Amino acid sequence: MTTTEMMTLKTEPFVLNFGPVHPSTHGVYRMRATLDGEVILDIEPVVGYLHRGIEKLAEERTYSGFIPLTDRLDYISPMSNNLGYCLAVEKLAEIKVPERAEYLRVIMAELQRLANHCIAVGSFLNDTGAYYTPFMYAFREREKIIDLFDMVCGQRLTYNYMRIGGVGQDIPDEFLPALKKLVEQMPRWVDEYDLLLMQNEILLARTKGVGVLPRETAINCGISGPVARGSGVNWDLRKADPYSVYDRFEFDIPQGETGDCYDRYRVRIEEMRQSLRIIKQAMNDIPAGPVRADVPHLIRPPKGEAYAHLEAPKGELGYYLVSDNSIAPYRCHIRPTSLINLTALREMVKGWKVADLIAIFGSIDITMGEVDR
Amino acid sequence: MTVALSGKDIASQLEEKFPDSIEETSRDCLVVKSDSLLAVAGYLKDTESLAFDYLNYITAVDYYSYFEVVYQLTSLKHNHSVIIKSRCYGRENPAVPSVIGLWQSADFQEREIYDLMGIKFEGHPNLKRLFLWEGFQGHPLRKDYL
Repeated sequence: MTTTEMMTLKTEPFVLNFGPVHPSTHGVYRMRATLDGEVILDIEPVVGYLHRGIEKLAEERTYSGFIPLTDRLDYISPMSNNLGYCLAVEKLAEIKVPERAEYLRVIMAELQRLANHCIAVGSFLNDTGAYYTPFMYAFREREKIIDLFDMVCGQRLTYNYMRIGGVGQDIPDEFLPALKKLVEQMPRWVDEYDLLLMQNEILLARTKGVGVLPRETAINCGISGPVARGSGVNWDLRKADPYSVYDRFEFDIPQGETGDCYDRYRVRIEEMRQSLRIIKQAMNDIPAGPVRADVPHLIRPPKGEAYAHLEAPKGELGYYLVSDNSIAPYRCHIRPTSLINLTALREMVKGWKVADLIAIFGSIDITMGEVDR
Repeated sequence: MTVALSGKDIASQLEEKFPDSIEETSRDCLVVKSDSLLAVAGYLKDTESLAFDYLNYITAVDYYSYFEVVYQLTSLKHNHSVIIKSRCYGRENPAVPSVIGLWQSADFQEREIYDLMGIKFEGHPNLKRLFLWEGFQGHPLRKDYL
């Protein structure tokens, strides 16, 4: 048999289950992949293993009683989840937040973005074969951020720090010096990743040109966050629809060109630098004053509905709330960034090999807590 | 800042093109009759001055006498947004047309609503439960469940 004949030899397609428990699926996610040899013909995502019915639970809790549950959505970045929900309730009930609280919210949200991107980049490199070394580097940095969160709210994973009308409590005296130290050290660490990996032959071979997501497809599939920006979509809610006090800070929106895995990785690294810029400005300008508006424990927002969204580390996170003037939301819908970002996965992986599927999936950066809710 | 377009303004544009397609308008939203939803959505997406190319989210609310399906659209080009709603009456077999042909992002979200709220999206190529298993009885996000 000649080589050409061997190349055209068709093999029987077979179905392979990835997950639900698999180290590269970042939680309990399953893909039913139809393969021809090692080439992917099609995949079908199967989700729901972590479905806890959080939207239904919201209808049985008071407005403020739901905040701890938002921690459990995207558990890699709970601060952003807290903030998004509080923004929605504040919009619904027309509550004004004190200045100092707004600055604290921005600082926490940006620290959260740093922590999230540490995990996103670390685990993505893990998936592409740099086994655990960069992951542990990234965890070293994340640890410092978690220490800061521990300082302000006593928690390391589920912070429950934001409140309707402000934040839970003011920062302790040792927080700002510790934050200052982190902001000084962090750029060196980010540069270190870059130095080790940007020109790495293996990383380039595994990610350059792999899993290209064209700009138009990204928009049509509702993709947001670093994945969309990696495809050249100039859309960041901090600039496009500023919330809190983001309109007061100077920062850039990094973008990719081709929309491959490498661009998504680069955008995240660049975003870490921009987040540090924002934190620096925020901690210099932070005013004194109260950190929480005078809001009763039981809020009864007027009848109506509100949607508030923010640029969470993974993309657009939004809450759609309907009020019937009682103490609990009539309906609470969470716009799940991770679930919607998975929409394009099928198109992105077709024709690539199994090993690339892992890299492409890793470059999207999802959390199953948010996919399943 | 994303400008939230008023439902009334868009309704006046639509009235000429699609007579009898609007059920209700308010400052914040536009309620479209479900049989003309696809035509209206297509118009909103393809008209140059509106260019709603991005579907933020779809959700549904159970108001007992009817289900309301909510779509928020954004134009990345003009940076404006609008909320479109469509109502389906009756609890036995509520249905609205699927917008997956216009915005691919509707795929999982329509399946989720079908799963949890029991609304059928006509024309969806793969309409089956998303989170709950096949054979599950009922739709948990409905107000009369439990």
